[in-house]
Amino acid sequence: MNTHMSDKRKEDIRVVVGMSGGVDSSVTAHLLKEEGYQVIGIFMKNWDDTDESGMCTATEDYNDVIRVCNQLDIPYFAVNFEKQYWDKVFTYFLEEYKAGRTPNPDVMCNKEIKFKAFLDHAMSLGADYVATGHYARVRNVNGKVELLRGIDKNKDQTYFLNALSQEQLQNVMFPLGEIEKPRVREIAREAGLATASKKDSTGICFIGERNFKEFLSEYLPAQPGEMQTLDGEVKGTHDGLMYYTLGQRQGLGIGGAGEPWFVVGKNLEKNVLLVGQGFHHPELYSDGLIAEGVNWISGDQPERPFKCTAKFRYRQEDHGVEVEPLENGKVKVRFDEPERAVTPGQSVVFYDGEVCLGGATIEEVIKD
Amino acid sequence: MERIYLDHAATSPVHPDVFEEMKPYYEAFFGNPSSIHQFGREARRGLDEARDYIAGTIGASFEEIIFTSGGTEADNLAIIGYATAHKDEGNHLVTTKIEHHGVLHAFEYLEKQGFKVTYLEADETGLISSEDVARSLTDNTILVSVMFGNNETGAIQPVKDIGNVLKDHKAVFHTDAVQALGMEALDVNELGVDFLAASGHKINGPNGTGFLYARKGLTFSPMLYGGEQERKRRAGTENVPAIAGMKKALELIISERASRNEEYRKFRELMLGVFNKAGIDYQVNGPESGGLAHILNVSFPDVNVEAMLMNLDLEGVAASSGSACTAGSIDPSHVLTAMFEDERRSHSAIRFSFGYGNTASQVEKAAEIAVKIVRRLSGR
Repeated sequence: MNTHMSDKRKEDIRVVVGMSGGVDSSVTAHLLKEEGYQVIGIFMKNWDDTDESGMCTATEDYNDVIRVCNQLDIPYFAVNFEKQYWDKVFTYFLEEYKAGRTPNPDVMCNKEIKFKAFLDHAMSLGADYVATGHYARVRNVNGKVELLRGIDKNKDQTYFLNALSQEQLQNVMFPLGEIEKPRVREIAREAGLATASKKDSTGICFIGERNFKEFLSEYLPAQPGEMQTLDGEVKGTHDGLMYYTLGQRQGLGIGGAGEPWFVVGKNLEKNVLLVGQGFHHPELYSDGLIAEGVNWISGDQPERPFKCTAKFRYRQEDHGVEVEPLENGKVKVRFDEPERAVTPGQSVVFYDGEVCLGGATIEEVIKD
Repeated sequence: MERIYLDHAATSPVHPDVFEEMKPYYEAFFGNPSSIHQFGREARRGLDEARDYIAGTIGASFEEIIFTSGGTEADNLAIIGYATAHKDEGNHLVTTKIEHHGVLHAFEYLEKQGFKVTYLEADETGLISSEDVARSLTDNTILVSVMFGNNETGAIQPVKDIGNVLKDHKAVFHTDAVQALGMEALDVNELGVDFLAASGHKINGPNGTGFLYARKGLTFSPMLYGGEQERKRRAGTENVPAIAGMKKALELIISERASRNEEYRKFRELMLGVFNKAGIDYQVNGPESGGLAHILNVSFPDVNVEAMLMNLDLEGVAASSGSACTAGSIDPSHVLTAMFEDERRSHSAIRFSFGYGNTASQVEKAAEIAVKIVRRLSGR
């Protein structure tokens, strides 16, 4: 808690909760209300997927927000960030795919929408704090905010929060960081929240349950090309490089004897998808990476190389690394052990024990 | 925190006298007005009294009033019902860009059914011109619909002039008078309208009730099929308590018309006076004067309207951004968009609407709160 808040009574502390209509944010609002804060629920509409029949998942989700907020007896509103989302997140998402990388729109969404556009909006409503249903924790240490992993290691979402600054984390609450997911469902059921048994959303929010390939093809022209082994042997055709990600096994359609086939690389210039046999195909392994746009949550730039742990994708185990700061916001990361399928476009996120130090976007891998 | 309700154009509280009037129809006279026993007769008497009274207030006759579930149903029944029944006589319809969605979306439906619709423009102050109506008419035009008073800006349309234009044309004339009912004198013969739609809940009557005036002899297709209620033009057991309430509400507002108009004009001046004194940047949307007295639409170009409305709500002041919006809708009001191109202006518009229960001190306080929020949001 910030010191200037300490003299305020809880019922005078206004907490604006970002509510998606899911169980996590519902329980977030419930817990804060139980604690005695003055809670306001806000639904963000970032994407319009209205179909021909006029159905729109955002409307359905907002209706759930309304039900829960009325159960909790808190005010609720909806705000629209479609334009900001399109400009800052979706455009980036498409650009990355065009460049043959596998972007992480959730990292960008947190940086530009939830903890910028939404945060600003909440502040304009006189919020003292903003809360979301992220599985992460914040801790104030000597005036600085530290981002900590959620105690549910299986759900920890600090990976997606790696691009946030001190300013963005200053007035944030993550009540779910202190509990485990199964308990969240239990609390929702005990409180009788309307969303208690609502299915968790999966995948990228704007694609939802739809077919990823179909979705992407609506925005980017697909260029089919050849699938080749590293020796140049043609193994078939691909539907467009953007549909494939490093280490992917599904959907290649290469049969025959021996070990299964995997995507081991992309040759953008020749529009060739490189494939190889075996989960542990050597081409999939790298010894380090260069990442760009590094963010250090503390706000302090390290000057010398240092040891820490890192994740190269969400829900991965931590791996020992050495980080070397470079110029222009880049970092070089050396892996203690070779890593499989480190993918350009994804975030590399650094940890010191429980503390998330920050992260960067993987630009290229290094092979010794 | 004092709650100040300045959204009477959305819906309004039921007047205590109206509530009293309705009670016996729930307790004692609960019969079905179509039943032949005494319970039915009692309900029927209330229904007939309401029909008779309401008809009288707009210069109509008893059988020209059809009770509906509200303004939207009355609009739909007239527009879709008439066009569908007369499609052999022409396929051209005329309306305006500033209608309520209960009218606009009925026309959009008819377009899908093959009708051609002309949507007339409004001027900067939200007024439709009767000359434009005249120019839009063709031999194929069978229906013209122009609202009486706009629900967002309060602009009162030249309905009588349009009625004159249509005197010698085969097209029938529908007006949506939902927002004007009670506040303005309405006489269907003087106005030259063939259909007039109204609702009870904007004038301190209950939600879920309204009526359509349909000139005698006009044929139109019903929207609901069932019993023989409302001369087969609107099936379904009549909502007698609500209808009795609507009658009482109309009685009350008509008896107070002059004083209410005067009071709301004072509220309007009071509110704008506070804005002027504070020196905040604002623009009034709609006619400078002569509009519906209870509606004041103001743009605050320096602020985000969503944040403004939420802040007002958190401070206890209820207003709206014109038309009720769906989940985070970013579409600015279609009415304001039709009036001017300045997007900043249409995106920052707030509608305050006055009504029963409001006091001068409430209006002043709400204006002061609005000033405080505008200052905070615009960082000045």
